[in-house]
Amino acid sequence: MLESIIQNIINALQWGSFYALIALGYTLVYGVLTLINFAHGDVFMVGAYIAFFVSTFFLSALALPGWVALALCIPLTMILTAMVGVTLERIAYRPLRKKGAHRLYVVITALMCGLILEHANLAILGASRKAFPPLIEVHVYNIGGVTFTNLKVAVIITAILVFLFLHWVVTKTRVGMAMRAISYDKFAVPLMGIPLDQIIVVTFVLGSGFAGLAGLLFAMSYPVLDPYMGALIGWKAFIAAVVGGIGDIRGAFLGGFLLGAVEIMVVAFFPSTFRDLIAFSVLLMILTWKPTGLFGIAKTTKI
Amino acid sequence: MLLQVENLEVKYGNIQALHGISFHVNEGEIVTLIGANGAGKTTCMHTIPRLPPPEAPRVIAGDIKFKGESILETKPSDVVKQLHLALSPEGRRIFGNLTVMENLKLATYARAKDADLNAEYERIFELFPRLKERRKQRSESLSGGEQQMLAVGRALMTGCKILLLDEPSMGLAPVLKYELFRKLKQLNEEGMTILLVEQNANLALHLAHRGYVLDTGNIVAEGTSEELLGNPDVKKAYLGG
Repeated sequence: MLESIIQNIINALQWGSFYALIALGYTLVYGVLTLINFAHGDVFMVGAYIAFFVSTFFLSALALPGWVALALCIPLTMILTAMVGVTLERIAYRPLRKKGAHRLYVVITALMCGLILEHANLAILGASRKAFPPLIEVHVYNIGGVTFTNLKVAVIITAILVFLFLHWVVTKTRVGMAMRAISYDKFAVPLMGIPLDQIIVVTFVLGSGFAGLAGLLFAMSYPVLDPYMGALIGWKAFIAAVVGGIGDIRGAFLGGFLLGAVEIMVVAFFPSTFRDLIAFSVLLMILTWKPTGLFGIAKTTKI
Repeated sequence: MLLQVENLEVKYGNIQALHGISFHVNEGEIVTLIGANGAGKTTCMHTIPRLPPPEAPRVIAGDIKFKGESILETKPSDVVKQLHLALSPEGRRIFGNLTVMENLKLATYARAKDADLNAEYERIFELFPRLKERRKQRSESLSGGEQQMLAVGRALMTGCKILLLDEPSMGLAPVLKYELFRKLKQLNEEGMTILLVEQNANLALHLAHRGYVLDTGNIVAEGTSEELLGNPDVKKAYLGG
């Protein structure tokens, strides 16, 4: 009994890690721009594909050993995915912002951008799924009936480190202070000599970069890629961010793990087809009880 | 002339807010713009630091010059960084979710890395001792007067040489109002150029060297403070008889 509880907790943490990593990107962008960047789930998908091409290149073209390929793949995937995120900001969101368009139009643009990423992928790479090459040897450990792999542990630790890093950025650095300031009052920020666009770009770099990292880790854990892989997980991560209190990075992190836990627990006790139904019902109840999310305070501080 | 506004006409959407106003500020001066609500004072203050829309209006004619060069195409962050011009906006607009110290720190964002900031924080705290006591508090928990001091302190921390103040006395108790104005005088004596917008014309003219009177987007009177204080029309309209 105890083993199965611990086993489920580990599974929940690993599954929640992906939601948490993606939810952090939603929440950062929302905190700064009050924009729900609905393309974010698809940026995660693009990250997984970038990881696929980069690691395939290192493994087959250069015949590097798996761990070297992984060590190179991590920064490269993050940088390239960050560039995708920044490009979206540049060509889709910024022009609307400069024209003073209402937020609603920007959100719809974000939705479209997500669909464009999905269907561009479909058009260019075809409908067949891609098998992600194994980069590291997955070891299975069994301690007292609880099994886990080195990869699972790495995913959980990564999510925690990313959270600590972002928390540090937001609370301690000047860029983070500027991000918080923008979320409070965009008007006065340029008066401090702070270029708004620069802070917004940093926000997208952080959010998309870590979505890329999530894509890589996800592809390593579940090595089948398809163009729509980011859609559902993106929606769920968004909901996780809302449940946690969108705009607050602690909320995104907690919301991600909470959603992971709820899903794993449902599967532990009910048929797996009940998973999403029950998980979303639980989240609905949380939001009914606290509409601003667990960490949300009705419109004051965000991020 | 440090700052020069020439025949400035601006529009918010289709509504013209300034109808070709001209004024200037010399180095070391305190100049005040006075006028009733809606005269265009705040519009003017938002236009000079080149704030982006929708906060600032569109310039449709005229020019804003800094040391003789047009700054119409200058980015707002560069106005602060390169021209050392800072605005303490109407309504204070401090970052309530940051602490007092974080507000001040944030204002140094564009400063040179080697600037001796500690001495400057000390100077702000000397000027406004209340801020020192409260430096670790979230700034939205400050009283109105303290928030105003933070807004001025924050503008000073940008390292400005010319300070634009929009209604700094708004909502302040009389005692605080006089205290703030004494501090402004002190700052000016230390070399700060100040452009002050005020509804309290009497107070403003007693502090300033020169003044301009704005009425519905036009400058209707100008002169030294003594001249304006003695001007019967100004007296009647703005100084309560």
